[in-house]
Formats: sequence, structure tokens, C-alpha cells
Amino acid sequence: MDQFTPVTALAGGGLIGLSAAILHLGLGRVAGISGILGGLFGPGPERGFRLCFILGLIAGAALLYWGFQQPPAVVSQTSWPGLILAGLLVGYGTRLGSGCTSGHGVCGLARGSLRSLIATCTFFGVALITVYVMRHVLGWGG
Amino acid sequence: MKVLLTATLSGCLFGAGLALSGMMNPAKVIGFLDLFGAWDPSLAFVMGGALIVMAIGYQIGRKRARPVFDSTFHTPTGTAIDRRLILGAVLFGLGWGIAGFCPGPALAALVTGSQDILIFAAAMMLGIVGFRLVGPH
Repeated sequence: MDQFTPVTALAGGGLIGLSAAILHLGLGRVAGISGILGGLFGPGPERGFRLCFILGLIAGAALLYWGFQQPPAVVSQTSWPGLILAGLLVGYGTRLGSGCTSGHGVCGLARGSLRSLIATCTFFGVALITVYVMRHVLGWGG
Repeated sequence: MKVLLTATLSGCLFGAGLALSGMMNPAKVIGFLDLFGAWDPSLAFVMGGALIVMAIGYQIGRKRARPVFDSTFHTPTGTAIDRRLILGAVLFGLGWGIAGFCPGPALAALVTGSQDILIFAAAMMLGIVGFRLVGPH
């Protein structure tokens, strides 16, 4: 199990908040990743900013990740069928619920949206129960 | 051009924040979600840090009539707490709990070149496109 890393967590969170603030103040857009991704496949003239944001996200992650002398561990313990099921659920669910950890959890909560608060409590609650059942009832992983 | 540069800068900061915070690592996310394991509270610090900075940004925006490079704020106006919101959040929570990836970290973690992440990200894109094809609108 990984160690608790409060300083880099808080600093990384601050960068994410700064990113969301810049997108809000600069373009008036919500930095919700699922929404930005979903909009790439829709009609509308806003594909340019969405594509730039997504490419920027990958570039920013690459710069930092490969900039570490020793890239930090990224360990997935999920089987391929599990990854496929989880990916489908995350993709479909975030579009159905109009947001994910960033759109509801950061941007929505920051502006005091009740809708986002309820969505955030719901997906955190379900994720906690899912991990509990997988790890401590079924005894998978960990 | 300014719009695209702003979006790129914002995306870069988001990706760098995900990498720095350790949230690209699903084992660390599940370490937070697993309250009864060796609990790692890091994710709460990431959310807290992001929330504080974004809340300040939002308050600055409230004093302005419009964003710098657009004519209006595209802030969601819906307030409905409906079945769609809850069911969507339930499905997302299930998927997040199973694999430890939400959309941002899944995209960011593509830079590791891991096959597992590519599979998750491809399935996630399929879910997003699938919603557009068969989901309610």
C-alpha cells in the first residue's frame, strides 16, 4: 500500500484548482473531464478548446511523470474484464450523471451546487461500498 | 488562438496536478476508497486543495460580467436532482471503485504506456460514445 503524501497531494490539488479557475475565468468553461471528453463527440463549434485541453492534460502529465528521476508507481490490480467493465461504467455513468470527480467534485462543489454535492456524495459512497465489498467481502486484491 | 492557448495551459496544469498528486496511480485512489485497509487520506487533500483554489477562482468570476475570452460563462444552470443524476453517479461510483480510475487520471496515466490503462481508457471512450448513441438526451 502506498504511503500518505499530504504535501504533493495538496500541491497537486492546488494545480488542478488553478487549472479549473483559469478555464472558468478565461473561457467560462467547466473543467469537467468527462464533459470535455463527451463534447468532443458532439456537434457544436467548441471542439477546438476541448481537444487542446485534453492534449494539454496528457502533455502536462507526461512532463511531470517523465520529469521525475524515477517515475512514480502506477499500479493497476484489476483484470482486463474488470478494466473493460469499469471503463464502460465510468464513461457511460459520468455522461448520464453529467459529471465526474472534476466536474461535480471540484467545479460544482466550488460554486456551491446542491446537484453536484448530491452526485459527489453518491459516487463516493458507491465507490467506497464497491471497494469494501471487493476487498473485504469477496476478498479480491489488496 | 487565445482560447486554444488558454485551454492548453489549463489542460497542462490539470495533467501536471494529477501526476504530482499521485492520483494517476489507481492503487493510491483505491488506498483512499478502502477505509478498512491501510487507509491513505491523500485523495482528500487533492480534492481539498483543488476545491479551495477553484472556489477562489469562482468568487473572482462572480465580480466579472463575462470571462476574458468569451462573451458568457457557460456554467451549468440545471438544478434537478433526478433519477438520471443519481443513476449516473451510481454507475460511475461502481466503475471507479472497481478499477480506481476516474476520467482525468485515466487520460493522464496513458503517458505510462501501460496496456491496462489503454484498455480502461478505450472502454471509457466506448462508454462515452455509447451514451451519445443510445443514452437519454
